[in-house]
Amino acid sequence: MSPGILGKKIGMTQIFRADGQVVPVTLVKAGPCVVTQRKTPATDGYDAIQLGLMEYVKPARINKPETGHLKKAGADGVKYSREFRLNRGNGDFKAGDKITAEDFKPNEKIDVIGISKGRGFQGVVKRHGFRGGPGGHGSMFHRAPGSIGASSFPSRVFPGMRMGGHMGSDHVTVRNLEIVEVDTEENVIMVKGALPGANGSYVMIRRAKARG
Amino acid sequence: MNHPALAKVYNKYKRTDHPEIRIGDTIRVHVKIKEGDKERTQVYEGVLIARKNTGMGENIVVRKMSFGTGIERIFPINAPVIDHIDIVRTGRVRRSKLYYLRNLKGKAARLKERT
Repeated sequence: MSPGILGKKIGMTQIFRADGQVVPVTLVKAGPCVVTQRKTPATDGYDAIQLGLMEYVKPARINKPETGHLKKAGADGVKYSREFRLNRGNGDFKAGDKITAEDFKPNEKIDVIGISKGRGFQGVVKRHGFRGGPGGHGSMFHRAPGSIGASSFPSRVFPGMRMGGHMGSDHVTVRNLEIVEVDTEENVIMVKGALPGANGSYVMIRRAKARG
Repeated sequence: MNHPALAKVYNKYKRTDHPEIRIGDTIRVHVKIKEGDKERTQVYEGVLIARKNTGMGENIVVRKMSFGTGIERIFPINAPVIDHIDIVRTGRVRRSKLYYLRNLKGKAARLKERT
């Protein structure tokens, strides 16, 4: 049982369960992945595997050290590479092993890690959910943050004060998502709920850490 | 619906047993209703005035007059709660959303049969 897999977000749709319940689902093209390196306590101090998502990459886009590294695993090129810690019960892997969507079964729980959509510079209303002021009736306070602290004491703004700034493009983990269906022919995993990032962005799928 | 994997999911789950219904048709929707542990079907008849969304979330809006009050019900056409749909009468219309019917009553709200 592999500790996880890498994938690419395809898009969302919905399906109906037999009892009429509608389930929002996200499709992820998961794998095939190749183990590019096996990290062991003896050599690296911890137990992990490095996975690469096997997608076509122009050879000129991979530098020489990278090509040499991938050659050991017998992979031509990988688009996206991430490391998974090996826990007990994950089994053993060696460089060159393949991991496909077949490793995952419906009803299993997974955590999905990705980069959220970038929103650019946003104000406090969108970024932190501030309420903002009234729109009209002579109000001159609309979407400004308001007071950011007291005056002569403390004579400074406390660190961590919520203000406008860059929003999105964050590393986001969504935990305990349920696998609804696995299409082993197309290597597509159907996950219940939404995943971080735009369609076409890469995500890391890990077996759920928390139980229940 | 542009990615082949999404299209595959749609083709697997969509309902194919519905007749070809068009805007302006008078249709009869048989809906399954659960009461406790018993299940029965309820029939709702009215004019199909709009079709919304595409893919699995496609909805139809069916309007009928009930004791002088207009009622519109929205049905997700791919849902298993819909037992089946019958076409009672066709209607000839020139637009895809018949919201103008909301302002018409009685004789004015009739639609000509499609030939």
